[in-house]
Amino acid sequence: MSDGILFKAATLSDGTVTDIRISGATISEVGSHLKGANETVIDATGLVALTGLVDLHTHLREPGFEQSETVLTGTRAAAAGGFTTVFAMANTLPVADTAGVVEQIQTLGERAGYATVRPIGAVTVGLEGERLSAIGAMANSSARVRVFSDDGKCVHDSLLMRRALEYVKTFDGVVAQHAQDPRLTENAQMNESALSSELGLTGWPAAAEESIISRDVLLAEHIGARLHVCHVSTAGSVEVIRWAKERGIQVTAEVTPHHLLLTQELARTYDARYKVNPPLRRDEDVQALRRAIADGIIDIIATDHAPHPLEAKECEWDAAAFGMVGLESAVPVVQTALVDTGICDWARVEQLMSLKPAEIGRLNGHPSSISAGQQAELAFVDPNSRSVFDINRLKGRSTNSPYLGMEFNGAVVHTVHQGYLTLRDGELVDEQIVAECSKLSQHEGLSS
Amino acid sequence: MRHLLSTKDLSREQAVSILDVAEDMAETQLREQKKLATLRGRTVVNLFFEDSTRTRISFEVAAKRLSADLINFSAKGSSVSKGESLKDTAQTLQALGADAVVIRHSSSGAAQNLADAGWINAPIINAGDGKHEHPTQALLDAFTMRRRVFGGNSRGVALDGLRVVIVGDLAHSRVARSNLWLLRTLGADVTFVAPETLVPFGARDWGANIVHDLDTAITEVEPSVVMMLRVQLERMQTSYFPSQQEYVRNWGLSDQRMQALPEDVVIMHPGPMNRGVEISSRAADSPNSSVLEQVSNGVSVRMAVLYMLTSGDRGEK
Repeated sequence: MSDGILFKAATLSDGTVTDIRISGATISEVGSHLKGANETVIDATGLVALTGLVDLHTHLREPGFEQSETVLTGTRAAAAGGFTTVFAMANTLPVADTAGVVEQIQTLGERAGYATVRPIGAVTVGLEGERLSAIGAMANSSARVRVFSDDGKCVHDSLLMRRALEYVKTFDGVVAQHAQDPRLTENAQMNESALSSELGLTGWPAAAEESIISRDVLLAEHIGARLHVCHVSTAGSVEVIRWAKERGIQVTAEVTPHHLLLTQELARTYDARYKVNPPLRRDEDVQALRRAIADGIIDIIATDHAPHPLEAKECEWDAAAFGMVGLESAVPVVQTALVDTGICDWARVEQLMSLKPAEIGRLNGHPSSISAGQQAELAFVDPNSRSVFDINRLKGRSTNSPYLGMEFNGAVVHTVHQGYLTLRDGELVDEQIVAECSKLSQHEGLSS
Repeated sequence: MRHLLSTKDLSREQAVSILDVAEDMAETQLREQKKLATLRGRTVVNLFFEDSTRTRISFEVAAKRLSADLINFSAKGSSVSKGESLKDTAQTLQALGADAVVIRHSSSGAAQNLADAGWINAPIINAGDGKHEHPTQALLDAFTMRRRVFGGNSRGVALDGLRVVIVGDLAHSRVARSNLWLLRTLGADVTFVAPETLVPFGARDWGANIVHDLDTAITEVEPSVVMMLRVQLERMQTSYFPSQQEYVRNWGLSDQRMQALPEDVVIMHPGPMNRGVEISSRAADSPNSSVLEQVSNGVSVRMAVLYMLTSGDRGEK
């Protein structure tokens, strides 16, 4: 293992300026004026140090769609974005609906070493929405799956959703629902509005999301189960979730960075980079989602990183795939939309993007703060940097980012995972070095 | 004007000037020798991803009357049906040296994709894209209205004060959208008549009056023009309306409703008509009907558009 790292004069999320010493896979010392020993010393003056970011909603595409992304390329994108853990959605091929598939995904993550990969299990076999998948087997496998989702599709059958909530509760898991009434959104292309009608693109009404969330929170209340709502996109959904939380229902909600910044107006270009599911909504929705973060109604930010090859986007809008990559751009977008607008401070960002998603996903060993004895999972952000987000910032296999050419505040500078650097000075650490560090760190984990 | 993608982005001056050039074109069509040498040596491509014999032939006649070389590139029987992408098709047409591309596509925005993506440099003319727009149809409709109302004094005139009622499946109609934007730009008042299921979501923000009852619209608006849209009977299967009989009774232009219309009303239909459904045969064949004028005016308007976009000086971008 390396001889450790000493970060000098970093700013913690509460504003404290301190040195951080990392030895092995843990934070060994936090304090002022630590003396450098035989270790790598990195000047972190002006950088905000956060516990490593955790993305509860990533599409890594492997197995099955390796032309879009692999576990390796997707976790490289994650490291570049300051993430130390990603939860990988189940819509692979084969679908992650058996212990074998989730264990394979977990192993690929360990081998790559850029981030912890926590597989999400499918709720239903093949995401078909007909019968429960091998939830118990996945929960009890070496991948210890705790989050179950048919994301990309909604568990729309009410009885099946009830059973899923009940059965997943058995394993202390959570169902992460993609809330979309399928009949109300047949062939839907963008937010339903005067604009969708003007553009002649079939509308995706807000009510198709809000009605499913309404039903699901009532089911969660009735059963006493946990529910997590993926990518909340409308002002109405926020009101439903607010109501549910006031009633004490165990519901958590996520929002994506793009729903906090971009609006449906972008569809006017017919440029399919802006085609995403749920769709970009009105400015009123964006503002309501930001307020919901300030009010604590929305619990976490998750990227819904959805890589697609060029040809899936370089075509007619209605022929194009849904989704955008988001790991590399998450921090700049969040800083621009939430921090620089005064809605959040960095401590709240740490909650939204690290601590709370770790808790929802029952992620073991994630640091609860940057302090001695905690796992060394860290992200260092330079909030004073301002730059154009260009294609070189994308480190995954796909380039379907809606942000190319836009200017943002904030950039991730260093990422530390399991005590070793995966990103240094904005550059990814070499694949072989990271894989070697990962192997050593797992050995130490076993021997300690 | 570099492309013609929609009527929404046409200014009043641009629209009137297209209509005036179409008047010039119409005049040349009265001569024995109808063919002009204007576009000799230029290649116009009719790129049709969706069947539309009428629109395709209209552009074909227009291009030929201007002496352009015309290539018909239709999805059926070409590589498109084997899954060739819009990008490859566009780049192929660029390599073949197309000077203008007329595109009809079932995807909304396909014409704008061709104009914006940088795959091809030629001017793009939207001949109907999904549920979005059909600008040359709206221009030929406006041209027809102007001629009916102003006759020989049409040049330079807009449509201020005209009362236009458009009836039928507005929700799925690119013709209704293109007409609304253009008619409003030209100063006409537009009333949409349809059951709520066939009104585009959010259309109350568009500046059209929306009325559900056709008889009320006829009495209250006293329309200068009634435009009937084709209704697709498959819509019954998807619960837009319960039955053909109910549709005809409430929204069809029947002989009785004809009687209630002002004497000099212009009855329009973009074709093809469902006689006995949205329009009775008597209405379609009455002297008030401009259905066949619309067809011949379509050629003049498309000649004007091809000429303005393709001949040497393209004017302001």
